[in-house]
Amino acid sequence: MPDRIVKRHRLPTRLWHWINALLLYVLFTSGLGIFNAHPRLYWGHHGANLDAAWLELDRFPGWLTLPAQYSLAMSRHWHLAAAPLLAFALLFYMGWSLFAGHLARDLAFRQGDLTPRHVWQDIRDHARLRFPTGDAALRYNVLQKASYVGVIFAALPALILSGLTMSPGMNAAWPWLVDLFGGRQSARSIHFIAAFALAAFFIVHMAMVLLAGPVNEVRSMITGRYRVPAEKRP
Amino acid sequence: MTAQLTRRALILGAGATLAGCDAIARNAHVREALFSAENFHRWSQRALSDRQALAREFRPDQLSPIFRANGTANPNTDAYKAIWRTGFADWRLKVGGLVERPLSLSLAQLHALPHREQITRHDCVEGWSAIGKWRGVPLSLVLRAARLRDRARYIVFRCADDMGGGRFYYESIDLIDAFHPQTILAFALNDRALSVANGAPLRLRVERQLGYKHAKYLMEIHAVDTLAGIGQGKGGFWEDHAGYDWYAGI
Repeated sequence: MPDRIVKRHRLPTRLWHWINALLLYVLFTSGLGIFNAHPRLYWGHHGANLDAAWLELDRFPGWLTLPAQYSLAMSRHWHLAAAPLLAFALLFYMGWSLFAGHLARDLAFRQGDLTPRHVWQDIRDHARLRFPTGDAALRYNVLQKASYVGVIFAALPALILSGLTMSPGMNAAWPWLVDLFGGRQSARSIHFIAAFALAAFFIVHMAMVLLAGPVNEVRSMITGRYRVPAEKRP
Repeated sequence: MTAQLTRRALILGAGATLAGCDAIARNAHVREALFSAENFHRWSQRALSDRQALAREFRPDQLSPIFRANGTANPNTDAYKAIWRTGFADWRLKVGGLVERPLSLSLAQLHALPHREQITRHDCVEGWSAIGKWRGVPLSLVLRAARLRDRARYIVFRCADDMGGGRFYYESIDLIDAFHPQTILAFALNDRALSVANGAPLRLRVERQLGYKHAKYLMEIHAVDTLAGIGQGKGGFWEDHAGYDWYAGI
């Protein structure tokens, strides 16, 4: 039987994916550069050297930061130039997903998706690296849905809002931001945690792409065309 | 072995891409684009909020147990030591530039003017925050007394701390922040006269911006129509020498 090629990812998804890849790379590395200026995290409204930190790290090494040579000013320029682009791209993508039916069709959980038995089965399939074939490969499984929905509707909004909360100008403009996070230093901590949650997502995402067939997966995210893995005969 | 190789490849890869970013950032156009993000932030923050929108004020029980000082700990110049020794009795705040009526104010005169007291959060560009209770004279009061000329667009603050080679710290804000009700010339922190570490005898509080804008050890206030020709023209010492944003509401 010849390989079946389908159009998998639509243009907005592909565009947003690669814009995000670039922006998150710049934001993560420049963010580590900014963190290096004061590598301590606190909860609440205030937090400085004489307050108790819940996390204190060494500076991140130069090969992980943008720029490589410590410069708080340049890290901030990169970070603050990329951040609004990330925020507006997410806003557009959320709107498109909602109105073009991407959310309802591909990402929403179906009846039965969230039963413990189904979730457990999905975890076992992942752990055994048993990837779906045939038509099943064209639908997101429950762990995929959970992680994509988590990134779009939890991790990225948390990052953007906690980032805005660190801005003293935004604190005056939108005072509810500070209340939402329980203080500027809490927002800074949550910003850091959300950034590393996304980094963890990135690592798992890379592993899954490599295991599922990197050429086919990457091509489907560039041209949209995806070769459906042939159904295994028992 | 493999893990080590992967790690090395990762370091090389990340290093190469980041070096790429560094190289891109040396391009004049890219630099300009990166530095202009500040304008977008200033424009959108101002569009989103009332010009008079207040920074949050806190309760006394929310104060930082110890207020960490930012920037210069002590100007230590002969001139500063001389005014410090007399308890700033000989110190005068000069108000000049594009004003109808230049002023020279002593600490006693400033104490006699109406005060504002505010418990606010000080946010350092490095990432830390400290909450302190400030008392001082609203800058708007002083500027109204000096009567700004129509051409005035910015207020420049000249300070007593020599940052090296005779380059003194300075900062500047526009008139929106200069006339903001929480923008004060503070002479007291946590009910005590300002300590040297915190900018004695007088420092600026401009509560919707980061710490480096809050000029300490104030000597002169100048109203100007342009920031060009002052220092290196970027509107502040760190703006000139480290590339910090002039608008620090971000």
